[in-house]
Amino acid sequence: MRKDSPMRVILVAVALCLVCSVLVSAAAVVLRPEQELNKALDKKKNILLAAGLIEPKGEADIDAVYTERVEARLVDLETGEYTDAFPVDAFDQRDAAKDPAQSIEIPDKEDPAGIGRRSLYAPVYLVRESPGSNEFSGVIIPVHGKGLWSTLYGFLALDSDLNTIEGLGFYEHAETPGLGGEVDNPNWKAQWKGKQVYEDGKVEISVIKGKVNPNSPDKAYEIDGIAGATITARGVSNLVQYWMGSGAFQTYITRVREQGLS
Amino acid sequence: MAESTKSVLFGPIFENNPIALQVLGICSALAVTTKLDTVLVMSAAVIFVIAFSNAAVSLIRNQIPSSIRIIVQMTIIASLVILVDQVLKAYAFELSKQLSVFVGLIITNCIVMGRAEGFAMKNGVWMSFLDGIGNGLGYSLILVIVGVFRELLGSGSLLGYTILPLTTDGGWYQGNGLMLLPPSAFFIIGFFIWVLRTYKKDQIEVDG
Repeated sequence: MRKDSPMRVILVAVALCLVCSVLVSAAAVVLRPEQELNKALDKKKNILLAAGLIEPKGEADIDAVYTERVEARLVDLETGEYTDAFPVDAFDQRDAAKDPAQSIEIPDKEDPAGIGRRSLYAPVYLVRESPGSNEFSGVIIPVHGKGLWSTLYGFLALDSDLNTIEGLGFYEHAETPGLGGEVDNPNWKAQWKGKQVYEDGKVEISVIKGKVNPNSPDKAYEIDGIAGATITARGVSNLVQYWMGSGAFQTYITRVREQGLS
Repeated sequence: MAESTKSVLFGPIFENNPIALQVLGICSALAVTTKLDTVLVMSAAVIFVIAFSNAAVSLIRNQIPSSIRIIVQMTIIASLVILVDQVLKAYAFELSKQLSVFVGLIITNCIVMGRAEGFAMKNGVWMSFLDGIGNGLGYSLILVIVGVFRELLGSGSLLGYTILPLTTDGGWYQGNGLMLLPPSAFFIIGFFIWVLRTYKKDQIEVDG
């Protein structure tokens, strides 16, 4: 058979594809459990980081700190009550948001975060006052929304007054490294600590353009913008406003302010 | 034979450096060099991919019909890159997050294709493998040099250890913001090429 005959071309192509696909799929299957573990651990780490329970560069035992200090609960966003409709550890908010039975469509006008649908239930992570205690000193809320290129997934931690922000961090996004990717910059994230979300029941927190004026009366509600990342910064602002707002967690937050976190 | 093995392996480091002389693979050299630890992982990944894609292409070079040789090379390279990406996600999760898309972009790194097409299609398996390692090392050398300058001058640290305490952390060194941005890699590569060509005059291109 000639080297360039059509039969030969097809034969070589098919054989090569077979070998390569076996190689690639074998790697994917063999390494999947390890990768899933990493992802789960990374999520826990980001929950702890948002709440300031571990240091960004520390070598803490994430699983141990998480078990001691965090309790996950599922919230019915409609009523703001805790629910046991699903086991919270197995609950996947992203899958739920895709399932028509478990999610609602968000009307365009009420969807600043650009996510289209949101799940009926959402997990929250209560921060224990001290290891193993049943007193809670804050809550960590999962947030997500569109940036420039990607959906940003992260956690917002609130203090026990459910108004003061303890921290914000994203564990998954695909914004441009060095520009939109600066949402991961520790110096930028550090500004969120101590800012206020609500003023008279209205969500006021926002990422502004440029630097926050230290004399501004609204400085407790404002975060510096990021140079070169206008759209990502606006996305972060919108997604925090959405998830804190009446379309999402505000009902829950109003309820626990009156009745306590537990 | 021994002499040519040596030149195949070490030639690409100074004599025939893929970045400095052939000016290939600049894209990732700009993207991943703000920190030295990402540089090292990226280098290891590229060395692995070039060496094995060269070896694999060389192994089947007599079977590949020339009409589909480029796509065959691409398929082999892409498979190896996916392999590397999967391994990093499993065992170096933090770094793979920082490298994000750039591991995947090794597929389009011209050095890999260039060596497969330019060397492995004509040479034996072992030689091609060594050529891959050599070119990978040449690429890594530039990346490490660029990475050292950028991390040291930009963030005042090396491999995350503080060398020059930054003013933002209460030290005396004012970090050079330019070094954290991709264009600074152009300047450093430019300086490197200048130094290399002053030292090795035969690399200077003659006009006309």
